[in-house]
Amino acid sequence: MPTVHFTDAEGAVRDVQGNPGDSVMETAVRNGVPGIIAECGGSLSCATCHVFVREDCLSQLPPMEDMEDEMLYGTAVDREENSRLSCQLRLTDELDLFVTTPETQV
Amino acid sequence: MSTHVAAAAPAAAPGLESQPGTPTRTGLLIIGASQSGVQLAVSLRALGFDEHITLLGDEDHRPYQRPALSKEFLQGTVESESLIFRSNTYWAEHNVDLVKGEFIVRIDKEPDGSGVAHSASGKQFPFKRLALTVGARARKLEIEGGDLDGVLYLRNADDALALKARVGDARDVVVIGGGFIGLEAASSLQKMGKNVTVLEFGPRLVGRAVGEETADYFLQAHRARGLDIRLNTAAARFTADASGASVAGVELQDGTVLPAQIVLIGIGVIPNTQLAEQLSLAVDNGIVVDRYALASDGTTVAIGDCANMPNPVPGSAPGERIRLESVNNAIEHAKVAAYSLTGRREEYAGIPWFWSNQADLKLQIAGLCNGYDQTVIRRDQERGKFSVLYYRQGQVIAADCVNAPLDFMAVKNALAKGQNIPAGPAADPATPLKTITTDS
Repeated sequence: MPTVHFTDAEGAVRDVQGNPGDSVMETAVRNGVPGIIAECGGSLSCATCHVFVREDCLSQLPPMEDMEDEMLYGTAVDREENSRLSCQLRLTDELDLFVTTPETQV
Repeated sequence: MSTHVAAAAPAAAPGLESQPGTPTRTGLLIIGASQSGVQLAVSLRALGFDEHITLLGDEDHRPYQRPALSKEFLQGTVESESLIFRSNTYWAEHNVDLVKGEFIVRIDKEPDGSGVAHSASGKQFPFKRLALTVGARARKLEIEGGDLDGVLYLRNADDALALKARVGDARDVVVIGGGFIGLEAASSLQKMGKNVTVLEFGPRLVGRAVGEETADYFLQAHRARGLDIRLNTAAARFTADASGASVAGVELQDGTVLPAQIVLIGIGVIPNTQLAEQLSLAVDNGIVVDRYALASDGTTVAIGDCANMPNPVPGSAPGERIRLESVNNAIEHAKVAAYSLTGRREEYAGIPWFWSNQADLKLQIAGLCNGYDQTVIRRDQERGKFSVLYYRQGQVIAADCVNAPLDFMAVKNALAKGQNIPAGPAADPATPLKTITTDS
């Protein structure tokens, strides 16, 4: 099972196992991971599932589309080079993903 | 009036003893297990609320998200499992009892806020405090043939499943109501290869939720994508097929009959206030609550689609009340109620926002455009972007943005910070709104 390692803004780590095909956002929400709000439920409308992806994981991810790119300019904590919206990141069997959640999402 | 549950609750109130077949008593009973009810339970646990919680819904599903029902779920691009809010493990770990398929018909309540709720199946749910997150139901179209098989509504998962089950056999669909639900479903059904006609009783689409320019934009955009939209058009009756049991067509007031093996009706909702009325709570287009989400008895909280509350937009007219139907409101209102139930006075102040995805059109609305006196339109034909900014006395108060997240985010952020985006420079669609935002 793919695992997502969530690190919060204070550095606490929580490992969550997910199902291939689910998004990182869904995996977080279903398990109540703090730091992911996902108000719009993954329809790319709210930018409250922002995560920072560990640099060495970035290349495993699909490239971002224009809409995600634009939405990332509206995150509560400013975007960085490694910012993604977790609703756009799908788990695969090979994926072992390390992400950090921002201090706030709203 | 006490707002702290632990302090308010008597240790063993008479009449609250468990009876045979009665579930264990609960600290807080949340009636309604949709967005606002789920958020209330989650927020309470995040605040350290340690009383037992029962989250009770009348559907036979675990709590799920509704927005996808008219879009991804209908089209089969998401699994129902993806719509589930929280895993069973989460609820168990957080001491929340999930009760499915129980419909509360009567509540006996004491002046201290405690009481017992009775379900249609005869079960009793005692509580120390009560939350009504009962939502709203679809408004019915009462015309001849309205009870024919194939005349459907789309409010919950069972409605969506019923619609999905019929889609395969249908060639023609008539959608009645050109609001968000109607247009989202119409776009989805069209994408699934159906011949779709939308009937809108009013002179424009999406009623009062957006301004004239946005309504026009959607009319043109949908027509350009092949959707047959008829404004100022009402259905007179539904005709039946040879069996007499299933719908076959929609007869318009001018006598035209449109073939339809499915009729989907989306003409708005009615807040569920029956329980509040039975409890003698103040009701007026929803359950009347104060800034802390407390109903007129001072102990029951009511939140989300069912609640009529003081307008939460900073700077709104004193005493102005509003009922909002949105995910964002369900979440924000639940947070206020969670504070209230843990003894903290936290007013609801926020910028309402909404979204609606229709075909390749992503509409995002920030703020409420009531009472605007000026609009500024930003149109980028080439990239399919379109925004309308609404102003009142020179101050931006809202925006409708289509495929323009940057505009949406800029306006939402400006409103939240009490800033302005001057109308003059905003009129140039090439200028990023963020760069011209001013401190009022």
